[in-house]
Amino acid sequence: MASLDDLKKRIASVKSTQKITKAMKMVAAAKLRRAQESAEKGRPYSDKMNNVILNLSSGISDKENAPKLLSGTGNDKVHLCVVMTSDRGLCGGFNSNIIKKAKSYFAKLSEEGKDLKIVTVGSKGNDQLKRFYGNKIIANMSFKESKNANYFDAEKVGKMVIEKFESEEFDVCTIFYNQFKNVITQIPQAQQIIPLNTDNSEENKSEDSYEFEPDEDEILSNLLPKNISTQIFKAMLENSASEQGSRMSAMDNATRNAGEMVDKLTIEYNRSRQAAITKELIEIISGAESL
Amino acid sequence: MSEEFKVEIVNPEKSFLIKEDVFEVVVPAFEGEMGILKDHISIISFLKPGIIKILSKSGDENYFVEDGIVEFKNNNLSILTSSIFNLNDLDKSKQQDLLKQAEEEANKPEINDQSKYLVDQKIEVLRSLN
Repeated sequence: MASLDDLKKRIASVKSTQKITKAMKMVAAAKLRRAQESAEKGRPYSDKMNNVILNLSSGISDKENAPKLLSGTGNDKVHLCVVMTSDRGLCGGFNSNIIKKAKSYFAKLSEEGKDLKIVTVGSKGNDQLKRFYGNKIIANMSFKESKNANYFDAEKVGKMVIEKFESEEFDVCTIFYNQFKNVITQIPQAQQIIPLNTDNSEENKSEDSYEFEPDEDEILSNLLPKNISTQIFKAMLENSASEQGSRMSAMDNATRNAGEMVDKLTIEYNRSRQAAITKELIEIISGAESL
Repeated sequence: MSEEFKVEIVNPEKSFLIKEDVFEVVVPAFEGEMGILKDHISIISFLKPGIIKILSKSGDENYFVEDGIVEFKNNNLSILTSSIFNLNDLDKSKQQDLLKQAEEEANKPEINDQSKYLVDQKIEVLRSLN
């Protein structure tokens, strides 16, 4: 059994850990509100952008000559996966969930005999993936310096993806991120951005036709690269809200666990203190009796 | 019958501006300036750097944009843009900054024709502001 002194030290250390996790929870809660707000504010832009593109692609006359970003290269050989994670740890299953999703996708690809290339955004994802897929990772980006997700960073990722697409390094591009549902639920998502998925265009197909200036092809070829950045930016916003939400609930759990541990240790401390007193009393009494 | 329609300007971070009492919007479309009135035909076009003029009941406003897409449909005008500034907020030093950036970009050797054209436009607009 641990001595009284040891127990005392442990209680003190658990308490100070609890203080840290509590503070982290508070910080995460404050950041979460901001991140959630900007995720919500960012939605109209990406939704509108999507709408315009759907309208355009349903109006396009010549599917054969459509821009490659929309129709694909015609091949399905090399897959580029952009795995978006956080730069900081201590956020529960946030990063592992994305990685798990990504890994199962990778496994499926290799079963089908497809080539795989990985771009990681965020250092945590890179750390976890480089052990198994180190040779597949072609680039790693992290935006530790930027406090909030911003469009400028998203554009950097988008530009890189488009450059690689234009130099024909891959055929299909998928991004992995966590979609923010609420504080306790974040859903890992795999979203294909190249070629663009226009399957659901039937639902919101508009009856009236648009006038285009200049023509559809030219607008599309200008719009599609922007859409890539927009989708990546949306993923970044969702990710940062998810990260804070996940961290908040993880830290909440940690604080509660630390509290339980302190209670348990305090009981053990009191018990052993009493036991020691009783033992001393017995010794004194039996000493007195033997006289 | 009222002659007003709704305009919404969105940038990636947020809804930048929503106005419901607009008579006319002039946007710097790719093939020239374009005025949009109520009951305009549905149109999609994209923007080159320039000034968006919004004429409305509650006063006129001017914005400087670098790029973007306009969509007009059912008397709703949506403008999507990644960089937009209210001309009133755009003071001299900021104009100079933007101008300097644009000039630097224009002088890069590897620039292609289309972006060269856009940057030149931007420089022209920025100079005309001063």
